[in-house]
Amino acid sequence: MKNRSLSFWLFLTPTLIALALVVFIPMLEGLFYSFTDWDGLSFTKVVGFQNYATLLQDKAFVNAFWFTVAFVIVTVIMLNVIGLGLALLVTQKFKGSNFLRTVFFMPNMIGGLILGFIWQFIFTQGFSALGTTLHLGWLNNWLTNEVTGFWGLVIVTVWQMSGYIMIIYIAYLQNIPNEVIEAAKIDGASAWQRFTKITFPMIAPAFTVCMFLTLSNGFKIYDQNLSLTNGGPYNSTQMLAMDIVNTAYNSSNFSLAEAKAIIFFIIVAAISLLQVFYNRKREVDL
Amino acid sequence: MKIKSKKMIGILGLIIGILWLFPFYMIVANSFKTPKGIFASVLALPAPATGENYANSFKALNFIGSLTNSLIITICSVLLIILCSSMAAYALQRNKSKLSSGLLLLFISAMLIPFQSVMIPMTANFGSAHMLNMYGLMFMYLGFNCSLSIFLYQGTLSSIPIAMDEAAEMEGASRWQIYYKIILPMLSPMTVTVAILNIIAIWNDYLLPSLVLPQIQYTIPLQMFNFFGEYTKQWHLALAGITLSIIPVIIFYLFAQKWIIKGVTDGAVK
Repeated sequence: MKNRSLSFWLFLTPTLIALALVVFIPMLEGLFYSFTDWDGLSFTKVVGFQNYATLLQDKAFVNAFWFTVAFVIVTVIMLNVIGLGLALLVTQKFKGSNFLRTVFFMPNMIGGLILGFIWQFIFTQGFSALGTTLHLGWLNNWLTNEVTGFWGLVIVTVWQMSGYIMIIYIAYLQNIPNEVIEAAKIDGASAWQRFTKITFPMIAPAFTVCMFLTLSNGFKIYDQNLSLTNGGPYNSTQMLAMDIVNTAYNSSNFSLAEAKAIIFFIIVAAISLLQVFYNRKREVDL
Repeated sequence: MKIKSKKMIGILGLIIGILWLFPFYMIVANSFKTPKGIFASVLALPAPATGENYANSFKALNFIGSLTNSLIITICSVLLIILCSSMAAYALQRNKSKLSSGLLLLFISAMLIPFQSVMIPMTANFGSAHMLNMYGLMFMYLGFNCSLSIFLYQGTLSSIPIAMDEAAEMEGASRWQIYYKIILPMLSPMTVTVAILNIIAIWNDYLLPSLVLPQIQYTIPLQMFNFFGEYTKQWHLALAGITLSIIPVIIFYLFAQKWIIKGVTDGAVK
């Protein structure tokens, strides 16, 4: 197809228009509005970096930032350990291993909003019933403070996404040629040696993929946050995405919300670019 | 020794499997209880079981209406994404120029932008154009989801020899005919992947439709959110509603599992 041919442009028009109207133009507008006193409809003046200065003083934002960072660190580690563990488990050939694969991935089909509601019931009703029966005090009053809200969100995310991470690890595990494992067995390598010396190095690319996937997903979480804790108590479990939504649509502070949205963009884009850079480097190394 | 360790792994798997399914048990078992029954014991099986919660939440959720809205929005958006993204990927892949690689880079760079960074001006713009409805929403899904789809199609297209196009061109086929009659059918394995990824994302989406849709066009997640707000602490109704809303997803999953696993793997690894 030639550059100047009509069909070249006709084939591209629908997606180019959609992308421009939905992503690029709003992004540029948002960048501009973050330097003004925009109220969602119009603005009266350009205020420079004032919104960004306010944002650094904004308790809700700073708290949401550190809460999100802690959440991301914990979930990235847990999802990769559990996801890999499940993948190793279901790739052992035993009766029911295929059924288990189906089970582990199932929560990933359900949306975050409904998952949050499901676990709200389990944390508030199920946990306290268990706590009373087993006399375990720490199972009572879940989601009523920051600590249990945090771990509640972690548990929901791990339950939802482990199956997804498992699927990716399985894809890489299945690429390891059987002969290599068999040869190591004949040479007398123990199961642990086979795992650390063969399996683990051979699935290292999967580790990169999963780490960045869980990293950027963790920053963008909103639905689970809304339905599980709604940020409460007292905004203590509010994550970055939710803080942006609430600043705009609950407090009607649109220009401040835009400044937050731009910072949010910089964080998420930096993670993705780091991944691209890392992948390139790895491909060169190989 | 060998057989023993296999057995141990099987038992370990069984335990983790039960643990994984336990939340589903809790939801379904309690959805058949009366409020008294839930209060008496959350962990027990329902005795006596009642179907009344389902009848009530079915009505309160406007289940048929919201299911229809979810189906219309998901199916139309996914068809739109498949058609437009494969067309764009075809044009970009078959044109070897700086412009076309620049455009591809533009599409890919859109994937760096998170939804929350554009949602406020975007909804304001669509609002002033009176497009905050399900048709506007379908167009937005095209914009947000076309990048990944183009990227996936583009990779597959490079394995379809250009000789196919040239042969058809000699026969006098137009560009559109080549795309529609030859290329699109050859892309169908990737189309399944693109469809699966987009179906899961759009069906479950909450934030975007909550900013866009009027109440009459509410999808299942939006209706669930409202319903939950109205019936807080009335767990017997809420749980029946949750169960109702996940039934379509579970049915889809059990029937299309093979393609779903393949689609999810392709989407993450490529």
